[in-house]
Amino acid sequence: MAMIEFNQLNKYYGDFHALKDIDLKVNQGEVVVVIGPSGSGKSTLIRTINGLEGFSDGQLVVNGMDLSDKKADLNALRRDVGMVFQHFNLYDNKTVLENVMLAPRLVLKRDEAENKKIAMEYLKLVGLTDKVDSKPRQLSGGQKQRVAIARSLAMRPKVMLFDEPTSALDPEMIDDVLNVIKEIVHTTDMTMVVVTHEMGFAREVADRVVFVDGGRIVEDDPAEEFYNHPKEERARQFLSKIIVHK
Amino acid sequence: MIQVLTNNWPTLLTGFGNTLLCSVIALFFSLIIGSGFAIMETLPNKLCRIIANTYIEIFRNIPLLVITMFFYVVVPQYVLKMSGFTAGTIGLTLYTSSFIAETVRAGIQAVDTGQMEGARSTGLTYWQSMRYIILPQAFRLVIPPLGNQFINLIKNSSVLAFVAGFDLMYQGDALASATFDTFNTYLVVGVFYLILTLPLSYYMRHLEKKLA
Repeated sequence: MAMIEFNQLNKYYGDFHALKDIDLKVNQGEVVVVIGPSGSGKSTLIRTINGLEGFSDGQLVVNGMDLSDKKADLNALRRDVGMVFQHFNLYDNKTVLENVMLAPRLVLKRDEAENKKIAMEYLKLVGLTDKVDSKPRQLSGGQKQRVAIARSLAMRPKVMLFDEPTSALDPEMIDDVLNVIKEIVHTTDMTMVVVTHEMGFAREVADRVVFVDGGRIVEDDPAEEFYNHPKEERARQFLSKIIVHK
Repeated sequence: MIQVLTNNWPTLLTGFGNTLLCSVIALFFSLIIGSGFAIMETLPNKLCRIIANTYIEIFRNIPLLVITMFFYVVVPQYVLKMSGFTAGTIGLTLYTSSFIAETVRAGIQAVDTGQMEGARSTGLTYWQSMRYIILPQAFRLVIPPLGNQFINLIKNSSVLAFVAGFDLMYQGDALASATFDTFNTYLVVGVFYLILTLPLSYYMRHLEKKLA
């Protein structure tokens, strides 16, 4: 069953054609990694999935909801679609525990005791039970990102979107975050879309790799195939650059 | 100076009381009205932004005295009778609310856009995000400029003197012209204003440190 389905989707920022004829289908439980050079539109692509970005024409259906319908209830959609951002976007005025508990309380009306129990479970999963009373500014980047992941998971979403979750982190923090994401991939059947430059990680978790360039999906392959035999010249070029740097 | 105080204690106290009352009322309502227009100015809805912007530009760019005279002279003539105290307090409220609106708007816009995106991405509505995430951070950011607005408000309440609002300044003027002891009278009046503004000033600074 398709959890996310793009159909000939286009997006313009004024004259700039940011997304071009996007066709993409992500099935329930599938993990899709999106890669591509900066400015290629991969962030825009992932942000359309939970309606943070609108689009100009075409169709996008997520979790059975048609987002081209102007009356689509985006708040309802976002209950089931979590997102983790490059710059964490934790609530700076709330403690770690409050960051995780706020949305379930306000949106799902989850019972307070239950809410706390679930929040603690996810904070345990990301290894931060000792930081519950800290404010975000007292945490390192890696810790912030792990709280952000716990915050999304606490909503028990069906889909998780990761928009360059490790790009703003110090090298030493990257593994902590990637390990948490791997853990989620291996222990749940959540549908995931991950924008990342971490090739080793992508290879390990991805079912499919989508290569985006110039607002267009250039290549969409099973992960192993993509890394071993990229079909498109542009993808080959991109991969060679990344691998050389490793 | 002591003599001015002892001889005219009830008059000065009435003036002080009226200034305090006017300031508290105007502060309360200008904070609410100002915050309301500040939020309207940051809404995605264009009509809301235009309305808020028009309100702010009108009351920010007309002298306080003109606004006050309008309520003291024009409104009673055509609409509703009101005392000088009421007219002055309304004028002061509207005038100050436009400055508070601009201050709070700047605070809202200074909060990183990621905060709103983070909140919306977890399913919070726009208003829930504003209430729990954006506004608390915005107000914290604008405590120092808000403190300035509050102090200006107290000092500007002396506009009541022009419309027979029986405030501190009015009583001071009356005393000065009755006794000709202008020096001591205005000295005492100045000290009374300081009694209001200095604690407020220190309180805002304390708040700023506490919430930093």
